[in-house]
Amino acid sequence: MISHPRFYWGESGNINTPALFKIPIPSSRSSVPTGYGYVLPDQNGWSRYLHFQSAWFIVFTGLLYVISSFFSGHLRKNLLPNGADLSWRNISTTIANHLRFQPPGEDEAWSYNLLQRITYLCVIFVLFPLIIWTGLAMSPAIASVFPSAVSVLGGQQSARTLHFFVTVLLFLFLLVHITMICVAGFWKRMRPMITGHARTNKERT
Amino acid sequence: MSNLSRRKLIAAGITAAAGASGLALAGGVAKRYGLIPPDAAGPYGAGEALNYAAQRILTNHSMAREFSPSQISNPPFANTVAAPTDEFKRLQAGGFTDWRLAVDGMVARPASFSLADLKSQPSRSQITHMACEEGWSYIAQWTGVPLSHVLDLVGVLPKAKYVVYFSIEHDWWDSVDMADALHPQTLVAHGMNGGDLPVAQGGPLRLRVPRQLGYKNVKFITRLTLTDDLKRFGQGLGSSSPEGGYAWYAGI
Repeated sequence: MISHPRFYWGESGNINTPALFKIPIPSSRSSVPTGYGYVLPDQNGWSRYLHFQSAWFIVFTGLLYVISSFFSGHLRKNLLPNGADLSWRNISTTIANHLRFQPPGEDEAWSYNLLQRITYLCVIFVLFPLIIWTGLAMSPAIASVFPSAVSVLGGQQSARTLHFFVTVLLFLFLLVHITMICVAGFWKRMRPMITGHARTNKERT
Repeated sequence: MSNLSRRKLIAAGITAAAGASGLALAGGVAKRYGLIPPDAAGPYGAGEALNYAAQRILTNHSMAREFSPSQISNPPFANTVAAPTDEFKRLQAGGFTDWRLAVDGMVARPASFSLADLKSQPSRSQITHMACEEGWSYIAQWTGVPLSHVLDLVGVLPKAKYVVYFSIEHDWWDSVDMADALHPQTLVAHGMNGGDLPVAQGGPLRLRVPRQLGYKNVKFITRLTLTDDLKRFGQGLGSSSPEGGYAWYAGI
């Protein structure tokens, strides 16, 4: 993004073509007109290496998580909203509690509430598949094997623009996720997240 | 920790051992089939090897997308390059009539072609997308001699695994494996959008590898070398790109 803080729609785009939008930051390439009088150092080499290595890591761990949660019942029990969750009373209470910044009660330590379930399902089954798809659609080699995976998105530059927006959404999720952990009590929540065991007041006494 | 039983620990240990030996086996198989890129060392080696192996298995014979003439970017974007050397300026003053492309290494008949020699060979034109790792791209019609045809003329020895190509600019060189070298869309390009290849786009001769990113398409090429071992060139990483921090394989 820093090497070319301009985004386009369609198959191709460069500084000779109109941008869909620009990010008002300096660039690491002198050829991009940014209005800043300086050029940032190029960091694309190592960051591309790191990006793809992390992408493989996320794909492997993500697949492991999705497959195991399908077979262990985690998906059905903890992620898919159940009938009671979907009642209007429950929906409005959950949203009202969130708006009042009310810390979750003890009963929520071992179960996700409705908003959590919907958010997690969106992240796992919408945002992650989209980030992988839009990322692969930018690859000239992958485009040669699955050309329609690129054209359905509107073109290679559209894929780059969508990849950017999905990244923003995933980053927002991360920010809210960490904020909520802090609101609910950082250590109280980190322990069960890592070990998979919630400790309640009863156990402690 | 009380929840971690001995049985669970043993199961985890066996899984880890199986995973490690599976990885070692996969690495061995990948190496045997030439699926390990030359820059697969260091902290990002695993990711690079996975990129190259996965894409090579998927894309061995796939064709880069071709576009309609109405999609050609006008004007095509020209990235900045270093100021031309005195040698380049001399050749340019002579209308590039003295420009030569030498082909050597693991070939039966080493040869040197002039621009006129190459233009008299059967050519191929294709409208393809040129994407830079920086994020921008353009579409242009490229005309040139398929690299596979040039390789047929010199007779590649069966042992050769890579084509290394050099620019007239010092320290600018790269290489492709035989899957990309023999690919019908890989061109020794001498024309663009119906005319000669402009100097700004790498003229008079540029290697056009449409299934890889822009930086694999080295400008002003003067020499091709066939080899079975990239360790002999530069720092042994397969091209000048990894020496500057960029991956050798640029299909993504």
